[in-house]
Amino acid sequence: MEKIPILKMGKFLLVTIQVDLYDRLALTLEEDLIEMVFKTGSKGVLIDISALSIVDSFMGKIIGNIAGMSSIMDAETVVVGMQPAVAITLIELGLPLSGVHTALNIEKGMALLQSRMKADLDDDENDGDD
Amino acid sequence: MMATIRESLIVQQERDLVVCRNRVKEVAVKIGMGIVNQTKLITATSEIARNMLIYGGGGVMRLEVITRGKQEGIQLVFEDKGPGIADIQKAMQDGFTTGRTLGMGLPGAKRLVNEFTIQSTFGKGTTVKLLKWKNG
Repeated sequence: MEKIPILKMGKFLLVTIQVDLYDRLALTLEEDLIEMVFKTGSKGVLIDISALSIVDSFMGKIIGNIAGMSSIMDAETVVVGMQPAVAITLIELGLPLSGVHTALNIEKGMALLQSRMKADLDDDENDGDD
Repeated sequence: MMATIRESLIVQQERDLVVCRNRVKEVAVKIGMGIVNQTKLITATSEIARNMLIYGGGGVMRLEVITRGKQEGIQLVFEDKGPGIADIQKAMQDGFTTGRTLGMGLPGAKRLVNEFTIQSTFGKGTTVKLLKWKNG
């Protein structure tokens, strides 16, 4: 069965969607990602959608699910590389992807995850002082 | 003169959604539709074709390049012989769903195209017609 590869990069997981995303494949990705977050204890998930020419309501729902589930598993999700036309379409479709972090590209997405992890660590240290 | 494009695609399984999306994209590129309009039309295609598959038990997508005056565009007609929609007004509301989808498909698709009509006969089937102008 076709699968979208999930790469481990340090504390983060990286997914680059390079194929036509049909529904079953999206559902499989959702399951695989959550499993990987659990197995690796990753603190962040980066999903690169720069090769996707559309995001419809089903794919939007899957992205939202991944973000929600990761969050319960103490990991953050950042979606990067959305095409401008896809962003315009998503808003008119009525799917603002609220609750999902986004960044322009992988570099910025990685920086965002790192800064959020650092903020978490600082919080922990402050907790220790109390 | 460019040969007229008029064809039918069968939507019977999930993979067919990808085929429909790709074919609409090819034709949109061929007639010189801009990237934003292309993306809107392909997204609307995906929504309606998926609805037809999940709720209508599959059906046919008829694709046609049409001209009206100086305007050129793509017309898509989705026709299924499924159970039909009991309450179209309700089905056109944001967030209304009877199944596993988000309830954004019909109202969302309507916002993404220039013309949208839906006809449904309870027990007989549903027909959705979309029209997107090249520069619309």
